[in-house]
Order: sequence, then C-alpha cells, then structure tokens
Amino acid sequence: MARIEVTVNGAKRADEVEPRLLLVHYLREVLGLRAANVGCDTTSCGACTVLLNGKSVKSCTVLAVQANGKDVTTAEGLAPEGQLHPVQAAFRQNHGLQCGFCTPGMVMATVGLLSENPHPTEAEVREGLEGNLCRCTGYHNIVRAVLGAADAMAAADTDAEVTA
Amino acid sequence: MIPAQFDYFAAESAEQALALLAEHGDEAKLLAGGHSLLPMMKLRLAMPTVLIDIGGLDELAGVSAADGELVIGATTKHGDVATSELIRAEAPLLAYAASQVGDPQIRHRGTIGGSLSHADPAADMPLALVALGGSVDLRGPDGTRTVSADEFFQGFFETSLAEDEILTAVRVPRRPGAPWGYQKFVRRSNDWAIVGVATIDGRIALANMGPKPLRATAAEQALASGASAAEAASLAADGTSPGEDLHADREYRRHLAQVLTRRALEHQAG
Repeated sequence: MARIEVTVNGAKRADEVEPRLLLVHYLREVLGLRAANVGCDTTSCGACTVLLNGKSVKSCTVLAVQANGKDVTTAEGLAPEGQLHPVQAAFRQNHGLQCGFCTPGMVMATVGLLSENPHPTEAEVREGLEGNLCRCTGYHNIVRAVLGAADAMAAADTDAEVTA
Repeated sequence: MIPAQFDYFAAESAEQALALLAEHGDEAKLLAGGHSLLPMMKLRLAMPTVLIDIGGLDELAGVSAADGELVIGATTKHGDVATSELIRAEAPLLAYAASQVGDPQIRHRGTIGGSLSHADPAADMPLALVALGGSVDLRGPDGTRTVSADEFFQGFFETSLAEDEILTAVRVPRRPGAPWGYQKFVRRSNDWAIVGVATIDGRIALANMGPKPLRATAAEQALASGASAAEAASLAADGTSPGEDLHADREYRRHLAQVLTRRALEHQAG
C-alpha cells in the first residue's frame, strides 16, 4: 500500500491505496465521486476526463499514486451544490447531450480547453475535444455549448471588470 | 482493466532512480506520464513488478538552448513541447509533431522521453527525431552516452536503451527557418499514423513504413540531384516493406508514402 495526499475539489484527502489503483477508481470507489465515468478504459473516449493541477487528463490512464500532492477537480467540484458552472449551464441550454454518459468528460475537457484558449473558433473547439467521443449527438450541440460557454464566461469577466 | 500488482517507488532524484534500476533489473520499468506503459500494463502486455516513477523530477524536465542544438528534458510533456516558444522558433517541426500526438488529455500527460523509449514505429516523436537527425542522452551507472536517432531505434518497439539506463534528455539541431513539412494520414483525429512523413531541408523520414522510423534515402538522393518534389516523392517507398493491418495493406501504405512525401515537400513551412 502507498499513502497519498490529494486535494480533490478543494478538500484535502489522505488515503492508503494500492499502487495499481487507477485515479478514476480512486475517485469513484474510494471517494464516491461518480461523475467521471469509465467508458473505453483505453485512453480513447475521454468519459473519465478530470483536471489534474488544472489540466485535463484521462483518469483511467493515471495511477492514484501519480496524483499524490496534486489537485484534482471533477465535475462535482465545478460549482457549489445547487449551482451550475457556466460550462455546465451552456451544455444544458444548448442540449449538448443525449444519453449523458460522455457529458462529465466533455464538460471537464471543455473547462480545460477554455482555460488554455478562452476564445476558441469552432474548428479549435472540434480539435480541442478530439479526445472525447460522443456516440449520440453528432457533436453539433456540444460544439454550440462550448462556444456558448466561452461567450458567457467572457461576458461574466467583462461584468466583473465593470463592477470592480 | 486493472494492472497486475507492482511495487511503486517515487524517485526523488535521477541518481536514486538509477540505483533502483540497478537493484531491480529487468523486473523494473520507469514511469513518467505512463501513457504508453499503463495501457500496456492494463492489457497485461507488460507486467513489471516494480515501477520507478520519474515523472516528478524537475531535473529531467524543461527546454534549454545549447550550442547548435536544443536540449529537451525527457519528462517534458508533449503539450509543453508543442507550445514551447523556443522549440517553435528553433525546431518548429518538433513542436508541430508534438501537437499531433494523441489528443489534448494525452499531450498533458505523455512525455517526449516516454514516447521515444516506447519506439512505436507509427508514433510522431520517433518520426520527428529521425527527420531532424536528433539524438538522446542515455544515463547509466557509468555515466551518460549520447546516441543518434538512427542508432537509438533498433526495431519494432526496440531501442538501444539498456535495462540499467534512463533516457534523460533529447537533443535536436537548431534549425530556424529551415523548410519543413509534416504529413500524417489517419482515419480518426487522435490516432497513430497509418503512414507519416516528416521532411526538413532535404531529409525525408517515414513513420509506419517498417519496424522503425525510416529515412527515404532514394528520394533524398533524387532531391539532392535536383529532382522535383513529385519526382523525388515517387521514390519515397523504395526499399520499404511496410506491415499490413486492418487500416492498410502493403501496397496502399507504399502509395500513401509517395503521396504524403509529395505533399510534405510541396507544402513546406519554415
């Protein structure tokens, strides 16, 4: 067993884990955070995407021990209970989902993408989400949701500047 | 899928990692980003009983400029290679190749040293290193040796890295302004190349046209003798005998090598 200390959604955690425990299983089964899904389990589909120190990663291909000393953010940690992060709100508003299985990964990949490129073009959105597969939507509403989220977040920034 | 059991050591220095390698021999594997190794372990294609994690070692990461070459730490992530201003200015072919690895999540974790050590003949980093005529630093118990790309890649997923050595750094020539081209043929955007071609200043390298990245020497010689891009490209598959799989048979790969070489030569940046 190995001891890890991880900050998950802002809360410090310390756990004894088997070295072979995957980060996605640590989140789902040890911490009970079920947003990140196990889809393909082969680093292809992106349903398990979370942020590790602010960058999107596929948590089926990260060991929990590799997250030692780092910050992890899952969809549960994006907004306070009962509220939606602008990316989540945009996915709802634009109906960027059908069955919903890929959605937590899509949302986390989008949060990561917009942190690196706050004003992506449509082509940059499609390329930026190349690591996330959706078998239902055909992607059009997902792309609309990401562009909508970028606009909403830019508007919120402007409002904040005006208020300040 | 869950990997088989192993003991895990987070190395605190490259020196300590070397000592652990010496102690555990061929039972041990080095872990950095884990984006080649962990999928193999999940599929039981690799079952090391000891993992030595060098992913957290700052001494093995980062980019610096030396005389005539760039030195890139082995654990530098693909995303950082792709966006490094120094690499984009001095070796833009390498930065572009890094931007073509996998997808954003993979580029946030996978490392240049890991990809080169894995030596997948369809991968972007080995292709770029051979095209650029780069080299790698291999550190062992008796010191560090620098090995050229041609000597490093030995065969199918096979390199000259010894069991007690660590690939610590990657060296590529500084070539600002040299004309380069990169063509990668895939069916899905985040895939490995069915065939890949990288060109820089008269050098032509091919991915997935054999067990390791190859130089298209006949096409290079034609270019040097004044042949047009199209004439040289028609020789790009000479001497190759690529493998066959679901995506492409041998003749199709040979055809792709010619088409992609022509495109790479005709649409060079720099």
